[in-house]
Amino acid sequence: MTVSPEHLLIAPILIPFFAGALMLLYGDERQRKARLVLSFGSAVALLLVAWELLARATQSPLAEGGAMGFYLLGDWAAPFGIVLVLDRLSAMMLVLVAVLAIPALVYSLAGWQRQGQHFHALFQFLLMGLNGAFLTGDLFNLFVFFEVLLAASYGLLLHGSGAFRVRAGLHYIAVNLTASLMFLIGVSLIYGVTGTLNMAHLAGLIPTLPDAERPLLHAGAAILGLAFLVKAGMWPLSFWLPSAYMAASPPVAAIFAILTKVGVYAALRLSMLMFGPGAGPSVGMGAEVLMVGGMLTVFFGMLGVLGSQGLGRMAGHLVLISSGTVLGVIGFALADGGSAMLAGGLYYLVVSTLASSALFLLIEPMSREDGDIAAMLALTADAYGIEDPPEDEDAGVGLAIPGSLAMLSLCFGGCLLVLAGLPPLAGFVGKFAILSGLLAGTGLAVPWGWAWTFMALLLASGLATLIGLVRVGVQVFWTTEGAPQKVWALEVGPPAGLLILAAVMTIEADDIMRYMEATSHALHTPPVYTTGVNLAPRISDQPEEAE
Amino acid sequence: MEIVLSAAIGILAASGAWLLMRPRTFQVIVGLCLLSYAVNLFIFAMGRLTVGAPAIMPKGGFVNPDAYADPIPQALVLTAIVISFATTALFLVVMIASRGFSGTDHVDGQERNL
Repeated sequence: MTVSPEHLLIAPILIPFFAGALMLLYGDERQRKARLVLSFGSAVALLLVAWELLARATQSPLAEGGAMGFYLLGDWAAPFGIVLVLDRLSAMMLVLVAVLAIPALVYSLAGWQRQGQHFHALFQFLLMGLNGAFLTGDLFNLFVFFEVLLAASYGLLLHGSGAFRVRAGLHYIAVNLTASLMFLIGVSLIYGVTGTLNMAHLAGLIPTLPDAERPLLHAGAAILGLAFLVKAGMWPLSFWLPSAYMAASPPVAAIFAILTKVGVYAALRLSMLMFGPGAGPSVGMGAEVLMVGGMLTVFFGMLGVLGSQGLGRMAGHLVLISSGTVLGVIGFALADGGSAMLAGGLYYLVVSTLASSALFLLIEPMSREDGDIAAMLALTADAYGIEDPPEDEDAGVGLAIPGSLAMLSLCFGGCLLVLAGLPPLAGFVGKFAILSGLLAGTGLAVPWGWAWTFMALLLASGLATLIGLVRVGVQVFWTTEGAPQKVWALEVGPPAGLLILAAVMTIEADDIMRYMEATSHALHTPPVYTTGVNLAPRISDQPEEAE
Repeated sequence: MEIVLSAAIGILAASGAWLLMRPRTFQVIVGLCLLSYAVNLFIFAMGRLTVGAPAIMPKGGFVNPDAYADPIPQALVLTAIVISFATTALFLVVMIASRGFSGTDHVDGQERNL
């Protein structure tokens, strides 16, 4: 039997699903090796599949109905059946998931995987939910995949147990259950008004909606948006986030770095489709909320970073700054802030997710009291120092302190540079692209004061990040006395790998920015998405056409 | 019928929201249950209220859609019930674990100092 290449589109959902389900059969502790093989096999396979899908998405033309990937489940025609859609944005997010998953899994080998049951199975289900949410083309399946990833994240957050985790988990679950109920209300209101759940079909219906029903649609979209913004951690809805991320065990927090981005992704996808250009009287609905909310989130995150005592809480607030920045960018994009700015925002989204994931992995080795862990594994610090070129100026400092500490400080310095948006690393490129795109934009629908405030906040948040992280760095690396902490290579390798990726993204910034610009252009032109989905060919129709 | 149903949804949602704000985990979980009932009824109502109309159409031939109830909200409700039931059950487990760790059923894991 030959499998046609379009079936690859559903692989990102099926691979972790089967891997996770199979792992449950290997529940016995003695079969740990089998679980590890499954877990890593699935993660690597996901990366390969995501990379191939990315290559396909890159080749698709940007014309109306540009041939993206579609997968009609059960071969039902598009607005009626369930459809998976691959475009540049979802391909990018798929790669990001796979790239974050592998370091988190490697890190868990250092010990965390043994702290509780079913870590690997839950991890696979989380990946399945993430991939599904990025691929799905209709609202209700978005809900289902959100629930899959949330259910897995509840289990993962509690991984390792302990009173603090259970308390944070209790709040996290209560908040997210309520948000899921809002999600359902929003989805059903939208269905009640328009009679469709398919995102592409919905986008086509909005301009023609009678005026009497429009307020109801807006109400539905607003309630739906609220559910996404809870996940994304927008300011008044984000108080659960820092404690939950601080309580999560490091490998879990590292993959949680992308959970906020799922909310951001959903808000971006739906607002650009439903209220982007061509939406008739509904154009720009919610732009102000996203702009103001994004700015308030950045401001709150800034205060949090400056006020935090520990690195864990600080990292939680850094996640808030990152998602607040992207939310603000989406708001400005909805208000015609320009396609180049959104491209910068997308670049920043990827880079800041990589860096915050790396930072979560660094917390534990950095805050360990003393080196009670066994010796460093074979990988030497020097090997990493060579591979990580952008920290040359730190290298002089690094040589003076012992190997493991040097590695840690190099990685920490890398995180700091990316998150604060300082040159030469990728965070700078992202922030610079946002600022220059915003300045170059002409048709901004809101007063320029908003844009200036946003730019000022972006720069100020960079400064706050710098101050906060440098304070921690000085405490950990320069004022420690006695023997340096010992660090496993398994613990330092993953964040180092993530930062090397961020460095590669800086070197390849030209190509990546071109990809982001194409993505942003496609998002600004909803027909690129909608026409394609509505015309997605059924397999059963194809033989007839061929004859 | 519309008045009765909307009143039922409203009362369920209001009591659920109020209970959700309470400091005891038991109140929170009952609040979540009530809210999810309200949401399920709401989804159901979004398919318009019909009396005595089946949701499943016979195969083949002409079908007058007016004679049938909208099947999609019913399918959605089914999924929503299963999901909210499962997640609420999970929440219950976490709640009991929290009670075990802290010895109190306060949502913050400690009684407020008066």
